[in-house]
Amino acid sequence: MKILVCVKQVPDTTEIKIDPVTNTLIRTGVPSIMNPFDAYAVEQALRLKEAAGGTVSVVSMGPPQAMSILTDALAMGADEAHLITDRRFGGSDTLATSYILSCAVRQLGPFDVILCGKQAIDGDTGQVGPEMAEHLGIAQVTYVSQLRPDGDRLEAVREHPDRQEILSVALPAVITVVKGEERPRFETIRGRLKANRQEIGILDREALPVEDEKIGLTGSPTKVKRTFTPERHAECVWVEGESAKDQAKALCQALSRAHVI
Amino acid sequence: MNKDNHQGIWVYIEHTAGHVQRVGLELLHAGRELKAVTGEELTAVVIADQTGDLAEQIKSYGADRILAVDCPQCKEYSTDAYTQLLYDLICEYHPSTVLVGATENGRDFAPRVACRLKTGLTADCTALGIDEETGDVAWTRPAFGGNLMATILCSNTRPQIGTVRPGVFRAEQVGTAAQVVRLEKNLPEQSIRTRIKELVHREGTPFRIGEADVIVSGGRGMKGPENFPMLQELAELLGGVVGASRAAVDSGWIDSSHQVGQTGSTVRPRLYIACGISGAIQHLAGMSGSDQIVAINQDPDAPIFKVAHYGLVGNLFEIVPALIQEIKAMQA
Ligand SMILES: Cc1cc2nc3c(=O)[nH]c(=O)nc-3n(C[C@H](O)[C@H](O)[C@H](O)COP(=O)(O)OP(=O)(O)OC[C@H]3O[C@@H](n4cnc5c(N)ncnc54)[C@H](O)[C@@H]3O)c2cc1C
Ligand SMILES: Cc1cc2nc3c(=O)[nH]c(=O)nc-3n(C[C@H](O)[C@H](O)[C@H](O)COP(=O)(O)OP(=O)(O)OC[C@H]3O[C@@H](n4cnc5c(N)ncnc54)[C@H](O)[C@@H]3O)c2cc1C
Repeated sequence: MKILVCVKQVPDTTEIKIDPVTNTLIRTGVPSIMNPFDAYAVEQALRLKEAAGGTVSVVSMGPPQAMSILTDALAMGADEAHLITDRRFGGSDTLATSYILSCAVRQLGPFDVILCGKQAIDGDTGQVGPEMAEHLGIAQVTYVSQLRPDGDRLEAVREHPDRQEILSVALPAVITVVKGEERPRFETIRGRLKANRQEIGILDREALPVEDEKIGLTGSPTKVKRTFTPERHAECVWVEGESAKDQAKALCQALSRAHVI
Repeated sequence: MNKDNHQGIWVYIEHTAGHVQRVGLELLHAGRELKAVTGEELTAVVIADQTGDLAEQIKSYGADRILAVDCPQCKEYSTDAYTQLLYDLICEYHPSTVLVGATENGRDFAPRVACRLKTGLTADCTALGIDEETGDVAWTRPAFGGNLMATILCSNTRPQIGTVRPGVFRAEQVGTAAQVVRLEKNLPEQSIRTRIKELVHREGTPFRIGEADVIVSGGRGMKGPENFPMLQELAELLGGVVGASRAAVDSGWIDSSHQVGQTGSTVRPRLYIACGISGAIQHLAGMSGSDQIVAINQDPDAPIFKVAHYGLVGNLFEIVPALIQEIKAMQA
């Protein structure tokens, strides 16, 4: 089984703070990490390989620094890695990003299974996986927590808030994963040493046959018009009192006057 | 592309087990707000093996028209069938705007529809408007884990499509009945590449905090699960339910279905009472649209007070019981 995992380098958004003066994101000093859902996707890929044989490749699109998360995936046990990098790919929305990724999949493939995270924690759209499946014209299952081989198909457990679906999907397919019970494995020292020596393939605009009008800003139907930090409103009315009982009484009176209770 | 050839606001209506999901009805309200500016017709689209009863459930929620598509291959949801059918409808009727609920299924097939149409899709929106300069829909959504909001336009392609988070708009009946247009479609069985083998429902009836009128929420300041019954009592007195911050959920004090925020539910009840919740940006993302917010916290600098209408600085273990007493006295 030939398996590909798409991994994205993201800022650790749990470390992001807002500058109280300029009201903008402070990104300096925020560590770059492998998108957490993608680490789960690498884990699912390695387990699938253990169950069905084959190879695990990883691919990332991003600046040259994104190399480090590819090395992380190799250290976890992936067999080979490729970096898609070119200034002309910058500014792509999800339609253009998924198009470029689909061109790389055609170039590097064919693959039986392509794994993605359910969403990247920076862009947060969750659209790249399904759009890539559409560009490739293949099946998809999203929000998957468990995956196993099932003859010439795959069986996947798909998560909803109130239910799980157990699905069978024809291959090739794109699978997007949530954080399942199988946590991403830790790398071994042997794995890290091997990964550090391993060569990572580079795919730039010259190496990748893409149509220029479908990439970057030109190829992106959505445009970010403006960004802002979430607004905070409201004049808080301080409900005070000598005791908790007084405060409670004052609150009830205020809410009752406002016809809330 | 000539935008004038694309007219009409569409709302996709999702359903499970014979019931329309509330988010579809909420989006009809959003659609009416857009319609008030653009003057376009508002259409609800429902796809199922048999849509008869579903169309009935939608009728009074403000659509001008319901496109009810019966397709025998749609006994259950599948990416392939729903993508193809919505894509075909859009090609036939060319609406300008399509709204889809940002549920697991909505976020599964909307990207495929958008990609097949080679148009833009804005994800998981929490506010909609019309851009004054261009007349395009201005889609506003959180990114970077709720730390940043972005307003996005799709100016050069049609339709413009967005998934919209449940709980952002209020479902509202308006009386006038929509005209129902019935359509029958058929798809080749082999075009559907997934098959649901089994459905496993989670234990108990699903708890839907998004529909509550009053929510009393507890955070890390509650100290332990043994203190939640106090919130339950207060909630019941007010005809509401108990919510929680992620810290409380992650500590195992309460089930995750109660979580409010970026990775939980978005809620906008009439009254939200936050007890021992600091007001992290990810929590505010899920509740700052509530009509009235009361915050009880011992730290006067807690960010929750920035969104609160009423702030009580003090020990919640004294204030909450006092509130219960007071309300009981009022109701007696
Ligand atoms: C504030 C803001 C808001 C935005 N909103 C939108 C929007 O609403 N619609 C839109 O079309 N674009 C939007 N974009 C652009 C979008 O973020 C980029 O196109 C981004 O490259 C991909 O989207 P994502 O981060 O949401 O990825 P997701 O779709 O959430 O990623 C899902 C999975 O796809 C794979 N993947 C994604 N990117 C890569 C990559 N570079 N390399 C390898 N694998 C990858 C990973 O497996 C990942 O887990 C927005 C950008 C910003 C800055
Ligand atoms: C990607 C991401 C997604 C997230 N999604 C969510 C989400 O959906 N929902 C969510 O809630 N969080 C979410 N979080 C977590 C969020 O950042 C905060 O960590 C969390 O909301 C904190 O919960 P808390 O307010 O209960 O706890 P704390 O921040 O620890 O606050 C506890 C508060 O209780 C007060 N307190 C303590 N004792 C008392 C007392 N006796 N009387 C009165 N007050 C008292 C303290 O003053 C303090 O303000 C997310 C985080 C990330 C990174």
